[in-house]
Amino acid sequence: MYKYDHYDQAMVDTRVAEFRDQVERRIAGKLSEDQFKPLRLMNGLYLQLHAYMLRVAIPYGTLDSRQTRMLAHIARKYDRGYGHFTTRQNIQYNWIRLEDAPDLLADLATVEMHAIQTSGNCIRNISSDQYAGAAADEVVDPRPFAELLRQWSSFHPEFSFLPRKFKIAVIASETDRAAMRLHDIGIQIIERDGEIAARFYAGGGMGRTPMIGPLIRDFVPIGELISYSEAILRVYNRYGRRDNKFKARIKILVHEMGAEKFIAEVEAEFAHLRGLNIDAPAAELARIKAFFTDPPFEAGLPDEIDRLDPDFAVWLDQNTHPHKRPGYAIVTISLKPIGGIPGDASAEQMELIADLAERHSFDELRVTHAQNIVLPHVRKADLATIWGALAEAGLAEPNLDLVTDIIACPGLDYCSLANARSIPVAQKIARRFADQQRQRDLGELKLKISGCINACGHHHAGHIGILGVDRKGVENYQLLLGGSGAEDASLGQITGPGFDEDGIVDAVETVTETYKTLRADGERFLDTYRRVGMTPFKEALYG
Amino acid sequence: MAEPVEEPAVTLDAFLDQSNATSVRLEEGEDARALIPHLDRLSLIEIGFGSFGDGRGYSAARILREAGYQGELRAEGDVLVDQIAFMRRCGFDSFAPERPLDPEDAARALDRWSEVYQPAADDRTPIWSKRHG
Amino acid sequence: MKILTGNDLKTGDVVWWTGESWSRHVSDAAEVGDNSVDVIAIEEAARRATAIYEVAADHTAGGILPVHIKEKIRATGPTVRPDLKLAPADPAAGSWVI
Repeated sequence: MYKYDHYDQAMVDTRVAEFRDQVERRIAGKLSEDQFKPLRLMNGLYLQLHAYMLRVAIPYGTLDSRQTRMLAHIARKYDRGYGHFTTRQNIQYNWIRLEDAPDLLADLATVEMHAIQTSGNCIRNISSDQYAGAAADEVVDPRPFAELLRQWSSFHPEFSFLPRKFKIAVIASETDRAAMRLHDIGIQIIERDGEIAARFYAGGGMGRTPMIGPLIRDFVPIGELISYSEAILRVYNRYGRRDNKFKARIKILVHEMGAEKFIAEVEAEFAHLRGLNIDAPAAELARIKAFFTDPPFEAGLPDEIDRLDPDFAVWLDQNTHPHKRPGYAIVTISLKPIGGIPGDASAEQMELIADLAERHSFDELRVTHAQNIVLPHVRKADLATIWGALAEAGLAEPNLDLVTDIIACPGLDYCSLANARSIPVAQKIARRFADQQRQRDLGELKLKISGCINACGHHHAGHIGILGVDRKGVENYQLLLGGSGAEDASLGQITGPGFDEDGIVDAVETVTETYKTLRADGERFLDTYRRVGMTPFKEALYG
Repeated sequence: MAEPVEEPAVTLDAFLDQSNATSVRLEEGEDARALIPHLDRLSLIEIGFGSFGDGRGYSAARILREAGYQGELRAEGDVLVDQIAFMRRCGFDSFAPERPLDPEDAARALDRWSEVYQPAADDRTPIWSKRHG
Repeated sequence: MKILTGNDLKTGDVVWWTGESWSRHVSDAAEVGDNSVDVIAIEEAARRATAIYEVAADHTAGGILPVHIKEKIRATGPTVRPDLKLAPADPAAGSWVI
């Protein structure tokens, strides 16, 4: 994985010093809260319902054990012993003191980590496929391109006061594990006639006006990845709406301008910028790529696994994914224990995961947008050992992509923007469907819960989505069906009137029971929904 | 930085109507490219920042420098000390903040970044270029 | 009644206006009447608390309690982590929102 050189280190160290200075000026009264807010946000520091919250970037979701141990250390030293993995490959700490934040960032910088641009109206953490470098279906490893974009976007002088936040995802396979088309820019690295290039989508997003990003250029030569990105950002910075923050995302610009006109504007800017030597030379991409070469995989490893323990066999079938190399597997560690808080991990759990990654996965792990952890390169012979260690720590829930593998935002338990709680709903649904046989019988079912229309819980992209709203001071939950954040991206549709907290749990069960009566052989819930439409579900829910 | 130009800047519309002005003021949202045919005779372009969060002026500044503008480029209005380093990278070479900046804070802000990741409108060498000579 | 809440500037702790100072316990909150705007301006300038805003509250048997669920949760902590809840003056506070 990528290692900082002294330049990268100087950048994060300078940022720590700058933020220390800004915090001092805020406490001394040289900065008002109005002036300080965009500065702290650009460094990931929010003021939430209970305290300051710090969001730390995990660029393209890749971590090593040393970094993971530091995340555990920070949870213990500066927070209350835990952290929350988010839907954009970040980790959030909920109880940070402003006066401690500079020291915390200094600790993070010692392991090449930061909170730069994890909030604010700027280019956010670049996210990617959690199976990058391990999946059999990728064209190339997408992370070197994400790293190139990370460096370009860090402290970009022109794009630090955009109309609104800006999220970029990069993938390199036909299977979309990063909700790429629901990003402000989605980039798919492709190969055509032996040439690596980038396919660009723009104007996707969730929030209050969900949109699936249209294709805006099928082929951008890889040597012009940055120039083309810069062209999009400049068009957005100049023409994106600033009169209404709810209409300020690029998706609204693309929608109101029309994709065709937007593309023409971007092409004109690209024609201008591509002559200005904005892209790094090929040698820089080659330098970065060298950090992402395969680890020393062993040849001739056995593929057979002893499946005698039935609990192990269930976990094996559910939570491992084929690896590109024989004898290896990709392991997903579920952070969704039944009745737990989706995405939360204690300092001790982080340390255990770090140990496992160091011992069994070439010192590498990943965080996923579905709020789980991945050990990307595990020898099949080691799987039983890993499962045993995870089970002891309550981390062996065999529910990847099943109904209890729920994405949930922090909701009203933590978030000052939320209208309703998300976590208790996730807990109740998970308990209702706790039976493993029942979950597996329902098959792949992506359930996603947001506590407000900002959609951090990706409810639009859930096969089943739940949106918490405030109805006259009481929490109420709308139900959506048919969304997908994968390569078959679609937006969920609202079923009808909302439900109270217990009602929404019953409603989810009504939907799954209805699916069971309607499904054809081999159909996932999403497939059945797409075939039969909303009507039978509506009848079952409200009829 | 050069001596600041004292002549008051006229609006973009007024400038495009009259041929003799050498200073112009761009408001947010006005198209910097409208000035490109006239850059030779301009000695001051003032770009207004009505609110510090409105970043359109950064693109306007870079567009003007990319088009070869050599004169004074002034950021006027809600210009905060934590922004001037970015502004300078986009080509601004003078600042007229509506609330005066603490000179020490301003000097520190402008000196802070020893390295930059990307080329912009200043003459700083991006890190990738240093890495590869 | 109307009360004020904010966050301690340096620590971020949730605080409630007592009429002369700030307390971490909602039960210490004082009626702010029509003085919100003035108190907020003075207190923001004093930099003890930040992000101050007015909320509606009721006198209840257990003491002062915000009306809206958001501030009820704010007053005691996340409902999903009882171990992290602030021990309030009202022993029944844990059941306010659950």
